[in-house]
Amino acid sequence: MSRLLSKANCLALLPLLIALLFGGSPIKYAKPKLSDYGFFEGHLANHNPVSGVIPYDVSAKLFSDYSLKSRFIALPKGQQLVYQKDGTFNFPQESVLIKTFYYPANFRNSDQDSQLIETRLLINTQEGWLGFPYVWNSEQTEAYLEIAGKRLNVSFVDPAGQSINFEYSVPNFNQCKGCHVNQNRMIPIGPKVRLLNHDFDYDDGKMNQLEKWSLLGMISGLPSFSSLPYTPDYNDIKSGSIEERARALIDINCAHCHRLGAPGETPGLFLNIEETDPTRLGIHKPPVAAGRGSGDLNYTIVPQYPDQSIMVYRMESTDPGIMMPELGRKLVHKEGVELVKKWIQEMEK
Amino acid sequence: MAGLLFANIEKNLQTQFILAEPGDTITIPEGLHPIRGTLSVEGKSDLVIRGQSMDQSILSFLNQDEGAQGISITNSTNITLEGFTVQDTKGDAIKIQYTDGIVFRHVKAEWTGGPKETNGAYGLYPVQCQNVLIENSVSIGASDAGIYVGQSNDIVVRYNTAYDNVAGIEIENSNNAEVYENHSYHNAGGILIFDLPDLVQKKGGNVRVFNNLVESNNLFNFAPPGSIVGKVIPGTGILILACSNVHVYQNTILNNKSVGTGVVSYFMTEEAIKDSLYNPYTADVHIYNNTFDRWAGLPELGYDIGKLLAVKYGRNTPDIIYDGMQDPENSAGLCIQDNDDARFTDLDIEHNFEEWYSPFISNFSEDMSPHNCGRVHPLTSSTK
Repeated sequence: MSRLLSKANCLALLPLLIALLFGGSPIKYAKPKLSDYGFFEGHLANHNPVSGVIPYDVSAKLFSDYSLKSRFIALPKGQQLVYQKDGTFNFPQESVLIKTFYYPANFRNSDQDSQLIETRLLINTQEGWLGFPYVWNSEQTEAYLEIAGKRLNVSFVDPAGQSINFEYSVPNFNQCKGCHVNQNRMIPIGPKVRLLNHDFDYDDGKMNQLEKWSLLGMISGLPSFSSLPYTPDYNDIKSGSIEERARALIDINCAHCHRLGAPGETPGLFLNIEETDPTRLGIHKPPVAAGRGSGDLNYTIVPQYPDQSIMVYRMESTDPGIMMPELGRKLVHKEGVELVKKWIQEMEK
Repeated sequence: MAGLLFANIEKNLQTQFILAEPGDTITIPEGLHPIRGTLSVEGKSDLVIRGQSMDQSILSFLNQDEGAQGISITNSTNITLEGFTVQDTKGDAIKIQYTDGIVFRHVKAEWTGGPKETNGAYGLYPVQCQNVLIENSVSIGASDAGIYVGQSNDIVVRYNTAYDNVAGIEIENSNNAEVYENHSYHNAGGILIFDLPDLVQKKGGNVRVFNNLVESNNLFNFAPPGSIVGKVIPGTGILILACSNVHVYQNTILNNKSVGTGVVSYFMTEEAIKDSLYNPYTADVHIYNNTFDRWAGLPELGYDIGKLLAVKYGRNTPDIIYDGMQDPENSAGLCIQDNDDARFTDLDIEHNFEEWYSPFISNFSEDMSPHNCGRVHPLTSSTK
């Protein structure tokens, strides 16, 4: 029998075998390969969504080693997102969020020669949200469940024309929750009102995503648009002041952990966009458990002195004992560091 | 079973950690196993992770290039770690967070290159946990605290050994802790009991430190300067910072050259206090039935407090040092009784540091009698 199976098929069976051996584990909610879900039609890598699978994006993006991402949401038939006062949604059971990470060979022609790396599914099961990483094969025909994560070599030419080669890490099942967690429950990060509240280029023209989702009957209880908050796209200098853009950047890159109820609350550093207390934001706040992550510096943020601010030091590092975020990047987000430096430089003392 | 599927021990262990069911025991086989990324356990209950022994089952993170910890355990219940060593992690060796019921038994956290600033911060590190037991374990070389329990409740730390760390054992913003029969030596500070501002769990207390051997904690302080523990003067035996309801008794505190036992407020750190819920004072601290001894010698002179003590006391630094900052809203003060011939000084920092020269002429009080609370401690008669 083994001769009849290609190597790829054997790999595909592995997670299934594990699922059979460990029937009670949450892994039972995952299918062995991406195509099993039927989210896309035609060539899988092209990501042509079937009806009911809706593409979207978020205004401020988590930095993931410069990878580009395609996002889709799939709600169970006839069910809706329920708007919550805090700007999040209640998702019906069996909702799925789909995110594919990919690199163009050359960022100067970013729509050509893309290499798909992984597709992460966030599935709202009976046991709550669970995250499952699927890794694309080298033929780019399929992505297979890899609960223990994986390391892959990635290379691309960046917008400045420089060749970048590095080892990309696909997170493991536990690491998914490490970020997507609040009060010990897994939660989605991206699909919040303030991150969705902008135009998206649909096949049939541009439209505000919340408006589109309302038209499609995907949301109930949404208040009038004028009252809804909006997070700026920190890459777009026209989208807000330096402070607004920097706060957007640290919100999406840091606040999933550095927020009350999440693992980064331990030192009392809260970086969510709603935070207003200067100490909790890190201003003149001594490190607590940073260890050598403090880099011989005394405070998380020293207004007007980015080079004396631990926040900048940790964003500029790629040493796993120093860098922030702890996971999800091997490269420095140069543009992000510059923005945070400017923000600190312009702060009042 | 998953062990049969993967030759790679890292992937094998991580897969088992993900798939574990309640009641499972996961075995770390004998050998020195190189591991490149954090091994994580999340949302598990009734799980045992067991090696052959501390010396036989070793996870080496010398070439770690991903994740800040060696092992990270979060949101779990009743986890037992037993009989293995975690070496040379880039950050903390074993971090446990949001977990109710964690046992470390015969577990070693170690940085093999000696005390260095580039070592990870904490060795055995439960934080925001309930029901913590750390016993017969070892920590060597942490650049902050070797055994560190933070923002946790109901804690026993016993029969452990800690050396070559900045702090051997530290209990921070934690309640109901018993720290006993540990050997903490050759650190910069032996045992620290701290309450710090701006944290999630605001207040610690009800801490008992007894029957420990705390000796020769004269190592240089190699903590990164920004951290609070970096302010601890080398030569510190036991230090109580801004805590209340702490009992220190029946310890043997030997040859710690600067501060045998210190009782100080947060004002000593010279950091601004912005946390309105924070109480920077000590109160209700009891030091009794301890044995102090130190060879005649100068305290560490690279720190202000060391210079001050040297100016005042030369080679005969007192054993118990108090900054005099009693909590004005708490009538229970500092009680010192029956510590053999221990010598004492009250620095009275509120009045003695108004001018640069005042330490030289200041009247520190060596009179212990205000601190004889006349209390009969239940253990006094039976054990002395």
